[in-house]
Amino acid sequence: MRLVVDLNRCQGYAQCAFLAPDVFAMHGDESLLYNPEAEEDRREDMARAVAACPVQAITVEANSLDGNPGTDREIGR
Amino acid sequence: MSADGSLDRLKREGRIVVVGASLAGLRAAETLREEGFAGSLTMIGDEPYEPYDRPPLSKQVLLGRATADRTGLPRHRAIDAQWRLGVPATGLDMAARRVRLADGDEVEYDRLLIATGVRARPWPQEDEAELDGVFVLRTRDDADALERSLAQGPRRVLVIGAGFTGSEIASACRERGIAVTVAERADAPLVGALGGVVGEVAAELHRKHGVDLRCGVMVTRLEGDSAGHVRAAHFSDGNTIQADVVVVSLGAQRNTEWLAGSGLGAGPRGIACDAGCRAFDIRGIVTDDIYVAGDVARSPHPLFGYQFLSLEHWGNAVAQAETAAHNMLSDSADRRPHIWVPAFWSSQFGVNIKSVGVPSMGTEILIAQGSRSEHRFTGVYGYQGRVIGAVTFDQTKWLQFYQQLIETTAPFPPAFPTVDRRPEGQQPMPADFPDPSVPTHGPTVTLSGYAPDDRRLTFTPARH
Repeated sequence: MRLVVDLNRCQGYAQCAFLAPDVFAMHGDESLLYNPEAEEDRREDMARAVAACPVQAITVEANSLDGNPGTDREIGR
Repeated sequence: MSADGSLDRLKREGRIVVVGASLAGLRAAETLREEGFAGSLTMIGDEPYEPYDRPPLSKQVLLGRATADRTGLPRHRAIDAQWRLGVPATGLDMAARRVRLADGDEVEYDRLLIATGVRARPWPQEDEAELDGVFVLRTRDDADALERSLAQGPRRVLVIGAGFTGSEIASACRERGIAVTVAERADAPLVGALGGVVGEVAAELHRKHGVDLRCGVMVTRLEGDSAGHVRAAHFSDGNTIQADVVVVSLGAQRNTEWLAGSGLGAGPRGIACDAGCRAFDIRGIVTDDIYVAGDVARSPHPLFGYQFLSLEHWGNAVAQAETAAHNMLSDSADRRPHIWVPAFWSSQFGVNIKSVGVPSMGTEILIAQGSRSEHRFTGVYGYQGRVIGAVTFDQTKWLQFYQQLIETTAPFPPAFPTVDRRPEGQQPMPADFPDPSVPTHGPTVTLSGYAPDDRRLTFTPARH
């Protein structure tokens, strides 16, 4: 599952790092490092992290089973 | 325009071509579909990959915490596009409304969005740039190659240029325990973007973390061994250092060459466009069917004296792409201006550096909060008695406050007594930006026009 954090918005509240520590980690006091492609079985934790972010900086790709045809068809042409 | 139904027709069955399949191109495509565009959409990209995110390439990827092939951007929605990936655009026929591709194909459009971005400026000596172990860092492939080379444990890395990318690379090397030398032509790292007062702090950070930082020098020559692998670099001060990896980090060049001769107002500083993202042609007349977004665009900004700004900022690519896409499908009265307040971030040596506004327009700086010696502070930039920019080192929560001051053209120095104002923050001081006509790695914001010593145009008065 792909994700991206808008680091312009991110203010280092670290809520995501508490809720999904295997995906998000603080680097120093404020900087956020994250794994841009998390394992699919982390989806529930990710949803919590997205919801808990006070500045709503996290975007997670919609579940491909939920109506997003994803990228393979498009890329494969 | 919609009075004759042409806009409805465009939305229903028009052809939109997006050249540039990165962040701006993808977000524009998503916005087009979001706003009801049902016609054919073609995405053209010179790299063989679907859109991916670049900021992690100089951070997570170089630290070995993510791989370069796993930074694909999440999709907000399906865009149902025809993708032409791995095929650069090579030309534009504005009259026939056609984009030429490197494989000889031509793609017709009713509306065109150009989001071709920038590329890393290569090492100018071609034979030296081709040595094994010499890298730039811009693309997924660049990051992949550099990371693999760092993983092999080089004895010393040389980073040429201490802008944001160069500094992040040096930081990643130190974190991996690799010896690193940084060579910077200016007097300190980051001076092009943030000035000498903040540059001093950046220099301290480098040295505190064990970087061999050399300022005020140029690399004059890279030397290879008999197997064609780089082994040493010669400096303008007469010194030589041994290095088996060299990262050339000299800023970016805008991808506009493919538009040469097209009649579009495109050049080394980008593609000029109006505040609604419509590109200008070479005569200064705005086009109605060609739009620009992202790093390659230069658009006027009312907060900054209507200077034409080129912003190499992630957030700008997103915001400008959304505005361009909206305007492509809108009547003139419904179009929106792109007046995003510039903002960017960098993460190096464990410090979160963020900025809003255009610090490089500032002539003065006030350390409004915190202290430079603690590497935790907020610097406010002043220009002609108003607040024009701000930078924070590990104080990001304050940035929004200063953004409001910029947006409301608040007076400089700010009059309020803030929390945590120190003795060093009682008086503004010169921000100490280098002379813009002296080349450095360059700021991430390019101000309008050409450098004063850069006479590219000759004005010839009309004859009557």
